[in-house]
Amino acid sequence: MTEAAVETGAFTRTVTATVNGTARSADVETRLLLVHFLRESLGLTGTHIGCDTTSCGACTVLLDGTPVKSCTVLAVQAEGREITTVEGLAGPDGLSAVQQGFHEEHGLQCGFCTPGMMLTATALLAENPDPSEEEIRWAISGQICRCTGYQNIVKAVQHAAAQGKEG
Amino acid sequence: MAATEEIRGIGHSVKRFEDARFLQGRGNYFDDIKLPGMLYLEFLRSPYAHARINSIDTSAASAVEGVVAVVTGELLAQHNLAWMPTLSGDTQAVLATDKVRFQGQEVAAVVAESPYIAKDACELIEVDYEPLEAITTPQRALEANAPVIRDEKEGQTDNHIYDWEAGDKEATDKAFAEADKVVELDTFYPRCHPAPLECCGCVADVNPATGKATIYMTSQAPHAHRTLFAIVAGLPEHKIRIISPDLGGGFGNKVPIYPGYVCATAASLLIGRPVKWVEDRTGNLISTGFARDYHMHGELALKDGRITGLRVKMLSDNGAFFSDAQPTKCKAGLFHIVTGSYDIPAAHVETAGAYTNKAPGGVAYRCSFRVTEASYLIERLVQTAAYETGVDPVDFRKQNFIKPEQFPYKSATGFEYDSGDYGAAMDLALEKLGYADLRREQEEARAEGRLIGIGVASFTEVVGAGHGADYDIAGLRMNDGAELRIHPTGKAVLKLSVKSQGQGHETTFAQIVAEELGLQPEDVEVQEGDTDHTPYGLGTYASRSTPVSGAATSMVSRRIRAKAQKIAAHLLEASEDDLEWDKGRFVVKGAPEKSKTIQDVAFAAYTNIPTGMEGGLEGVYYYDPPNMTYPFGTYAVVVEIDRGTGAWKVLRCVAVDDCGVRINPMVVAGQIHGGLTEGFAIAAMQLIDFDEDGNCMGANFMDYLIPTAWETPKFELGETVTPSPHHPLGAKGIGESATVGAPAAFVNAVVDALAHAGVRNLEMPVTSARVWAALQEANLAE
Repeated sequence: MTEAAVETGAFTRTVTATVNGTARSADVETRLLLVHFLRESLGLTGTHIGCDTTSCGACTVLLDGTPVKSCTVLAVQAEGREITTVEGLAGPDGLSAVQQGFHEEHGLQCGFCTPGMMLTATALLAENPDPSEEEIRWAISGQICRCTGYQNIVKAVQHAAAQGKEG
Repeated sequence: MAATEEIRGIGHSVKRFEDARFLQGRGNYFDDIKLPGMLYLEFLRSPYAHARINSIDTSAASAVEGVVAVVTGELLAQHNLAWMPTLSGDTQAVLATDKVRFQGQEVAAVVAESPYIAKDACELIEVDYEPLEAITTPQRALEANAPVIRDEKEGQTDNHIYDWEAGDKEATDKAFAEADKVVELDTFYPRCHPAPLECCGCVADVNPATGKATIYMTSQAPHAHRTLFAIVAGLPEHKIRIISPDLGGGFGNKVPIYPGYVCATAASLLIGRPVKWVEDRTGNLISTGFARDYHMHGELALKDGRITGLRVKMLSDNGAFFSDAQPTKCKAGLFHIVTGSYDIPAAHVETAGAYTNKAPGGVAYRCSFRVTEASYLIERLVQTAAYETGVDPVDFRKQNFIKPEQFPYKSATGFEYDSGDYGAAMDLALEKLGYADLRREQEEARAEGRLIGIGVASFTEVVGAGHGADYDIAGLRMNDGAELRIHPTGKAVLKLSVKSQGQGHETTFAQIVAEELGLQPEDVEVQEGDTDHTPYGLGTYASRSTPVSGAATSMVSRRIRAKAQKIAAHLLEASEDDLEWDKGRFVVKGAPEKSKTIQDVAFAAYTNIPTGMEGGLEGVYYYDPPNMTYPFGTYAVVVEIDRGTGAWKVLRCVAVDDCGVRINPMVVAGQIHGGLTEGFAIAAMQLIDFDEDGNCMGANFMDYLIPTAWETPKFELGETVTPSPHHPLGAKGIGESATVGAPAAFVNAVVDALAHAGVRNLEMPVTSARVWAALQEANLAE
């Protein structure tokens, strides 16, 4: 730790994590939130911030495949782990089934909650490829959408699930 | 060939073009913007609702490494920026100087190299406050011994803001004198907050070399904001460029100008570096544009089952600064639309407003200038009148509706309703619901000890402000421009003054051009939000984008088509009058093999025009709507109450909307879903409340409750189509109908479940606790 860091109370560490399949590294203050690491240190601005209380889920990313609210995870806690953000959803063949579902079923309006919703949906379908409407609603109930009333988000996830069955 | 494919214009559920970037994390919200050398601004906010500021010590904060400046009201005052005008002709403190007047008011701002440093330094600012009595209700505010909140205003000796009335008092008094029954209702539409998922903020970039201020900000009205910035800051207007990038929702919250925008711009001007201000959620909920807070008293005069008069008295709680966003002539917005869907021959509305120690704002949250409060009051009153006269609420409405043949209908408070068929919308809703059967099931359930309620609301909205002679914001006429350029290869760019916050303008406005010019919508790029590159206009709120800018888009397209016809005549060596328009091409009458597509014409506009014709194929049109549009509909809700806990559950929610001609039915349905959800939220849970000291009790998303997918009901939609006679496409607005109409439907349903026991009113939000108390009182609790 440098003298300056001691003076200002800033403790820094190097964090290395696999983000969307690529090893990414940055020197960060230990108090830095994961969402700020993604947005500011790595420039991945698809992950959004909608509240300060872990309520809205706009900042949801997958940490080792599990949805977490990245405003309530410290960047240092992601050391050595795998993170998936919205930027990592599409594959070489184009949009993922979940992304397509959101487009086809008008599952987004302003787009602010959409990355988090899609990541949770992706994790849900990985675990449960054929969820009921109730299971979908429960899965996304930690996240807030102010535009869609959720009805078309549910349909979007169902659309993606149906595509999975066909595939 | 374009002309032989079906043109996906009006009426097509075209999938949205804007989706691609949002689905891949490629949106561009203001917080995604990072400029070289950018600094970060954070506010210190007042912990008190009302207190005198004795001193502010910024020395410790200024000494923190990485802090570039600490700004106080005193510093701003040196630049004449400590106060700014509001949208209602009042003034608002940018940073507090003499007193703080609401909890969360901006007291000082730290500008630093990182947002973390700015927050750290804010905690080191020492403010010596002398607490004063906090006034938290307008009733207390208007008492003679109440302390004067706005004591800095010359001539202000009390907390009274305005008195305003509409209608005919004498005729109304006469109707009441001759009534055989009078029904009354006192109700309070509580304070709530639009709470878009993205909070407010900006990046202000004043270039010290050129003097140009580029401000990326969360703005629903970028052009109006540019003009106001010019007036407030004294900057030349051509040196201000407002860019409203992608917005993460707005719902009215992003209409006003907030201290954050002003402070960031002032800081950038003084420091010479870009400054970003990112509001946090608490800042958003406690300091920016709230909604409602209307204390309402309504009376209906009844004679032979008909409503003969309506009397309304309303007291609004405007917070510490009167900063409602509304037309100058209308001190209570369009609240006087309170006669709703009913043919009421006499009405009188008296309104008054008061300052309190609460956040200012008074925005129309997903609402056209207070039509929401008006719609709620009349729909609750009508329900009450039905119970009091022993008539089914549905039948009572039908016998009092304005009849289709009465349109255009002049209302008792001065509106001219353009078109409507209220009975048709209601009949469809009741048919979808199975109303008659449900009433029987309700009886049977009651016999089994279950409490089912059926609530109906048949709202009428007034949207699309508005005619320039009558409607303005801060003096600016509410007219909007559309600029359309057709490129040589037949691709087009449409530039608009309005600004989508998720409504899908990039798709639906392209469809309007498609309909008018026969281009496919994907060949039209829609641009909004950049004041240097779009025509002037007042922006998106009050459901005005389609009624005003949609009309402007039609009109500019038609203007271009008229020129295209001349070029086509030249190309076909025919007379202009001998050509017919076949959506996408001009055809010589009687010679269908002779035609030119719009793409042919576009190319010719740049390569082969008749002698003497001006080149190019583009135009601009500023639309001044001749009247508002009046969307309407019937919402019907079925609920069941748990007699043990007072919890209520929505069993059905049917929504029939008539917004005239629908441009993109998929997008319209999405707007209705969202509006119904917010209407449900307001009825059930969303509340910005204050304790007696003026502490905001809804200051974050743990206390200000937003429904998730788990609580939100499922919706069943239906439509009727009654075109607007004066809109070029026959369209009306739709973005807000559901938030306007739904709260009364939900509350009516819960009240209906208890009406047989004499319950007539429940206040919003209708919490389980409130229902439980009503169950106790009515001896219905389990």
